[in-house]
Amino acid sequence: MTYVPHSQAERQAMLAAIGVDRVEDLFADVPEALRFPKVSLPEPLSELEILQELQWMSESNADLDHYACFLGAGAYNHYVPSVVDHVISRSEFYTAYTPYQPEVSQGTLQTIFEYQSMICALTGMEAANASHYDGATSMAEAVLMAVAVSRGRRHKVILSPTIHPEYRETVRTYTQGMGLTVVGDDPGKLREGIDLDLEALKALLDSDTACLIVQNPDFFGQMESPAVLQELADAVHEAGAMFVVSADPISLGLFTPPGDYGADIVVGEGQPLGNAISFGGPYLGYFACKDQFKRKIAGRLVGETVDTHGRRGFVLTLVAREQHIRREKATSNICSNQALCALAAGVYLATLGKRGLRTVAELCYHKAHYAASQIAALEGYELVSKEPFFKEFVVRFPRPVSELNSYLLDEWGIIGGYDLGRVYPHLAGCALLCVTEMNSKGEIDYLVEALTTANFQIEGSAGSREVGS
Amino acid sequence: MTEPLIFEISSPGRCGASLPACDVPRTPLPAGMVRDDLSLPEVSEVDVIRHYVRLSQLNYGVDKGFYPLGSCTMKYNPKVNEVAARLPGFARTHPYQDPDSVQGNLTLMFELQEYLKELSGFAAVSLQPAAGAHGELTGVLIIRAYHQSRGDSKRTKMLIPDSAHGTNPASTSMCGYTTVEIKSDARGNVDLEDLRAHCDDTVAGLMLTNPNTLGLFDEHVLEIADLVHSCGGLLYGDGANFNALMGIAKPAQLGFDVMHFNLHKTFSTPHGGGGPGSGPVGVSQRLAQFLPGPIVVPAMAEDGWVGGPAEHADEHAEEHTGKHTEEHAEECHALRLAMPKHSIGRVKSFYGNFGVLIKAYTYIRVLGAEGLRQASQDAVLNANYLMHRLKDVYPLPYDRTCMHEFVLGGPPPEAEGVHTMDVAKRLMDYGFHPPTVYFPLIVHEAIMIEPTETESKATLDAFAEAMIKIAEEAVIDPDLLHSAPHVTPVTRLDETRAARRPRLRWVPPRQD
Repeated sequence: MTYVPHSQAERQAMLAAIGVDRVEDLFADVPEALRFPKVSLPEPLSELEILQELQWMSESNADLDHYACFLGAGAYNHYVPSVVDHVISRSEFYTAYTPYQPEVSQGTLQTIFEYQSMICALTGMEAANASHYDGATSMAEAVLMAVAVSRGRRHKVILSPTIHPEYRETVRTYTQGMGLTVVGDDPGKLREGIDLDLEALKALLDSDTACLIVQNPDFFGQMESPAVLQELADAVHEAGAMFVVSADPISLGLFTPPGDYGADIVVGEGQPLGNAISFGGPYLGYFACKDQFKRKIAGRLVGETVDTHGRRGFVLTLVAREQHIRREKATSNICSNQALCALAAGVYLATLGKRGLRTVAELCYHKAHYAASQIAALEGYELVSKEPFFKEFVVRFPRPVSELNSYLLDEWGIIGGYDLGRVYPHLAGCALLCVTEMNSKGEIDYLVEALTTANFQIEGSAGSREVGS
Repeated sequence: MTEPLIFEISSPGRCGASLPACDVPRTPLPAGMVRDDLSLPEVSEVDVIRHYVRLSQLNYGVDKGFYPLGSCTMKYNPKVNEVAARLPGFARTHPYQDPDSVQGNLTLMFELQEYLKELSGFAAVSLQPAAGAHGELTGVLIIRAYHQSRGDSKRTKMLIPDSAHGTNPASTSMCGYTTVEIKSDARGNVDLEDLRAHCDDTVAGLMLTNPNTLGLFDEHVLEIADLVHSCGGLLYGDGANFNALMGIAKPAQLGFDVMHFNLHKTFSTPHGGGGPGSGPVGVSQRLAQFLPGPIVVPAMAEDGWVGGPAEHADEHAEEHTGKHTEEHAEECHALRLAMPKHSIGRVKSFYGNFGVLIKAYTYIRVLGAEGLRQASQDAVLNANYLMHRLKDVYPLPYDRTCMHEFVLGGPPPEAEGVHTMDVAKRLMDYGFHPPTVYFPLIVHEAIMIEPTETESKATLDAFAEAMIKIAEEAVIDPDLLHSAPHVTPVTRLDETRAARRPRLRWVPPRQD
């Protein structure tokens, strides 16, 4: 099976029309000694065989349909309504490409326009693009934009240490050739282990600062109040820099949007909005900013216009900023977006609407607080997080996190929290737990029971147990 | 035929989702932190489905018809790929799970790394980059890191042929390099004299697309590689056009040091209306330690192992000829994620667009080595056939055997006042998606056609006949082209207006 339709006779007819004898003759430009090399790959499989093999391969994983999951840290287990996959499975959407020809792409263009509108509403911003690769690259693009807004005159980027570690790493990767200094995210600057020291961040602001970035709710799940962040925003603006906020979009269904506390750019991971968790990708990075910066946005933007009959229609717009026109003058090289993931996000937001999204956020909030209070009451476990937090919280375990997680997985069928010691050495022994609407009270109580036994009996119960079915 | 915005069919109080009741005690919400309003649409599930189904019907996709968008490789997207990526055992796994609990995922990724190595001849591959342009940025950062690791800081220039993809210069600028454009010669190859004149110890590398955006295989690729290497530079390969080369040539053997793959072009994963794609990067041995990561390595491998010589893939291929056994399962339980020793760092969160990787893996396993070679051969056959059918009617600036695509020089000269855009729009009336237009920039009024291997002779003939008919119309009745398209949901759109006063979102009507 190769998905090619030609019969040998047709190939011969085509070769004859071209005027060559053999298909090999079409490759005369390839150096002869290197032409048609030996390629060793597994033998081809029929559709039946490959599906059997993939089924086997996928079932060797522990998946979230068969295990209770309390793991988040940037990739979240939220419910995806059935309509979402139904819509993104329509091949009119997924077999199209970037809408270069708007007359035959109004479907894609209008869904992006609607997505942009919803992201603006969520974040309290006035312009949003069609998305970046993920939350981390969206943050890196915010840095590039801030530097561009300063016309390249500002070279310092201040990152909060409570930003997702992989996002901070991605910002550093992107900017390594640009002569910028990235400062502020020394974990040693955290107060009481996980608290952000806003004064320490403020102290780094100066006339060379392009932007200051915080995450809210932060990597540990904690939230700063809008009043405190507005104060920070004022200080950032005083220094002539841009204030960038990264936010979990589900939290914005309930809590004050960054636009209300002075953000110039809001970015974040859009995966929680109707996208499969899929081992880390594909996801989408949402990106929104104030109106005054819209002409500096990288990536794809869809705008409204009219056709020759005066009917409303949509087109890719402000493309003059894009790499394919200005090439080396462009500040970013991105020339695509995660259109199908953005479509999923749009369908998700439309389906839930303002009431549904708020309900999801409230369920996360209440369930996370219930779980945190139950675990805090256990002997040997300490709740490190303080109010207010959203759907994640930090717990100090009585045993090494990896040891306890293995016990939870093997003996109880539970996927435990993120081991914070992996990236914050001073938090060794602490786990970041995540609770969403997907975790029933029964499942939370089951986790609490498992943690209770783990504290004194790591060799505990016999055999593997699965929950969630 | 237009569809209202989802906001315009909104009705207060509706919700399209049913959610469980709260089954835990409620915790008071923090004071002063709850938002007042949120202007998301309020619609029912039926509203949602009808709205998006109607919107989908305004789109043109590969499943609807011929989509010869040059340099985008709009080949058929096999349906088994979609089923594979949605298997819950893959789709419902978390990236931070213990590696022991996701060995199936790691096996798939490891084997895909090996397959890409085998097809390209490179020593190591990272699957992390999310798209072609992302892979390019990664590749240039790797080149930069390599020179820096040798204390070679003189190199400030990246050479880029004028037939390159537009993203190449942008990727270069992001890494702090200056772009130097290299001319093409009369046959569409890199002009060797111009290249030689620019090769010195300030050159970081050359970014070569081969076959290039004219669809031509550079006849001097080995000399180009020698020239670049002899001045201490590295050769970057833009793999956007790899669909012409599977089983035809291995880029590493041609002298490339680093190249990105476009899984959404060559390996049949859908374009999704603009993404998600996937842009893995392959490198030669000397660059392996600079790859972004983490990448998948055998658990037993010593620290810093990023990939061995290509023979490894052979052993792996052997394993797959037999049925799966318990031992094989055990053997697969031996992979982990690792960061290359001098990695440029992560280029995104997690490990790459895993869902896309599953589709590419599935495609490779279904075709096998011979099937992939057949795909490339037929892609080249189709392009040459179509080029021959059209070259007597449309100008062909570079008249030589092409690879997987070719570039015409606009409408026939006798069609005065008719432009490439008019031809493109008129094609829609005949039920075809237009080719890429006005690119590459070195061809005036360029029409860049890439048929791909999944199109039949009948489809190519029908397209050729439409193009020939349009060429006639262009002379007899040019206004028919100027006013095209006529049968699409909307007619030509006012792009100037869209850009002058950008309206980028729906704004709630004021409640006066």
